Amino acid sequence: MVEPPSILVEELVKRFGSFTAVDRVSFRIAGGEIFGLLGPNGSGKSTIIRMLCGLLTPTAGRASVVGFNVAKEPEEVRRHIGYMSQKFSLYDDLRVIENLEFFAGLYGVKGTLFKERIGWALEMAGLKGSEALLTGELAGGWKQRLALGCAVLHRPRVVFLDEPTAGVDPLSRRRFWELIHQMSADGVTVLVTTHYMDEAEYCNRLALIDAGRIVAGGSPSEIKRTAIRGDLLLVECAPLGRGLELIKRQPGVLDAAVFGAALHVVVTAAERARIELAAALASAGVEASRIEPIAPSLEDAFVALTGGHPGGSERAQ
Amino acid sequence: MNWRRTVAIGRKEFIQVRRDPRSLLIAVLLPLIQILLLGYGARLDADHIPVYVYDQEASQNSQALLKHFQASRYFDVIKVVDNYPALVRAIDADRCKLGVIIPWDFSRRLDDAHRTQVQALVDGTDDNSAQLAVGYAQAVVGAYSDDIQLQWFALKGISQQATQPLSVDYRTWFNEELESKNFIIPGTIALVMALMGALLSSLTIAREWERGTMEQLIATPATATEIMMGKLLPYFVIGLFDAALCTAFAVGWFAVPFRGSLGTLFFTTGLFLVVILGIGYMISVATKSQLGASQYALLVTLLPTSMLSGFAFPIDQMPAPIRAITYVVYSRYYVSALKGIFLAGSGVRDLAPEIAAMAVYAGVIVFFATRAFRKSLR
Repeated sequence: MVEPPSILVEELVKRFGSFTAVDRVSFRIAGGEIFGLLGPNGSGKSTIIRMLCGLLTPTAGRASVVGFNVAKEPEEVRRHIGYMSQKFSLYDDLRVIENLEFFAGLYGVKGTLFKERIGWALEMAGLKGSEALLTGELAGGWKQRLALGCAVLHRPRVVFLDEPTAGVDPLSRRRFWELIHQMSADGVTVLVTTHYMDEAEYCNRLALIDAGRIVAGGSPSEIKRTAIRGDLLLVECAPLGRGLELIKRQPGVLDAAVFGAALHVVVTAAERARIELAAALASAGVEASRIEPIAPSLEDAFVALTGGHPGGSERAQ
Repeated sequence: MNWRRTVAIGRKEFIQVRRDPRSLLIAVLLPLIQILLLGYGARLDADHIPVYVYDQEASQNSQALLKHFQASRYFDVIKVVDNYPALVRAIDADRCKLGVIIPWDFSRRLDDAHRTQVQALVDGTDDNSAQLAVGYAQAVVGAYSDDIQLQWFALKGISQQATQPLSVDYRTWFNEELESKNFIIPGTIALVMALMGALLSSLTIAREWERGTMEQLIATPATATEIMMGKLLPYFVIGLFDAALCTAFAVGWFAVPFRGSLGTLFFTTGLFLVVILGIGYMISVATKSQLGASQYALLVTLLPTSMLSGFAFPIDQMPAPIRAITYVVYSRYYVSALKGIFLAGSGVRDLAPEIAAMAVYAGVIVFFATRAFRKSLR
């Protein structure tokens, strides 16, 4: 028997007036899976999550979460999910413990479980002993772990995390992902949106989203393998701009783009192109300090699929 | 409806009020300021009216009349001047409200004809005070006149019993001293409820939208009704507390009689609060901004309550079209109930019409309020 999907999305559409924010998106997520929606700001990731939480009504298509239709049974859906919205949204003027007690009350956590779950959340967030602090006084990483704690007090079967680590330092992000993996190991399904490439690597499966459409899907390694047709070369040269112009005109070059202080060049065959490019650059007076084949990253895949960077101008490493 | 969730929301809301200086101010300090301000400031009766006197005669008789003015608690004789222009200037400059002119032939005419006159100049810019001043002046002069008559009869050897052929012995009920504070202060509680209730409840939903916490709240299983009930519960309790506070001040500080029962007071106050909080809540849902919501809320609650409820301006004296409008002003029923409870000792049965009207209002408001908020982002 095949286990029913934890989240099922079929041909989901959301329009705001004449603007189509989500355009016929479909995916299915199994129980315990960590599924990532990767795409730039404004690509429709948050709109998808909001529809799945019953906060927005889909224009067309259907979606179900743990078997409940999100448009018809939003209250049932909300009972089984935890949601962390994009903006930090706990009450700043409440103490840490008061926020936890508030959400525990809303989610109907009671009896011995009330104390137990709150204690667990404090432990998880690293806030034991800081119960009396005002939430507004916490630093980003603690706030975000507290928000996660509040969202999962009732042991939901599905957790939605919308850009959970935006504006959080790298160490805290790492700790946060360890928590997500723990939850996943306990059988909790996690749907997370991000525009950080390194975070996307933590997911079991990904959907790359651009302008409301899914442009690619699969595990991070599958996406990297299939998105780029050809080999990838890293070229360090000076001046960079002239080198890029020159390389783009070379035969055997499929694509070239600036990545940080270097160029990523997609070629039909790495070994041949290496020699040809070195010669071409040298004859044009462009000094090439390094030309070597590299393994494609998710970002390369994203650039190849959409022609843009998922993080926009603020590029992730 | 799940009580656990409702109480969780109520507790959270209460903590937030307690921690927000602005809300705390509205909840506790504002009612006190209002009742003190209106208790002292909005008196319609006048005493210690400043008086200038131009005594042309300066005789024993004129001095005797002056003493009557000085002895009255309604008047303060500030200055005796010796020319007419000085008196006029004093009135123009608002140094006095009443000018009394005792003519140079005051005593002579009294002796010759047993009739004489004094002139009173009144500042009529405030017609209420002017009427009161004239009335009090007539009473003072009348008392002096009686004195003279008694002396005159005594001189002629006529018995004192014969001096008053007819007099009206009247008795005022409910506000025996006819003090306007007794009339105004009970109604002030309606004003306090309207201001406090509307302001605080109009902020609740708007605050969640403005701080970005609404999205998280909607994503929980709490229903719209639970959110409404939970959010308004603390303000209902604060409202009853404020009503008790104001009543304590009215009775303990301003010595307003309280002849009804606290039960009736809290029951009618509860009904009124349901109406006020419901209105504030719906406005908060509709505007989504704290500033806008509080302004609308004041417009639809405080304004009609202060102008059209009969709190200070008697409805009977309003022109017919305005009087007709007051029937839809929910606060008039509460103000009427408050005055009945404080001054006449009215119970629930006496106030049945007022209670029925407020109950209808409360029912309608609750019906719409529970449908006002949709758990959706758009």
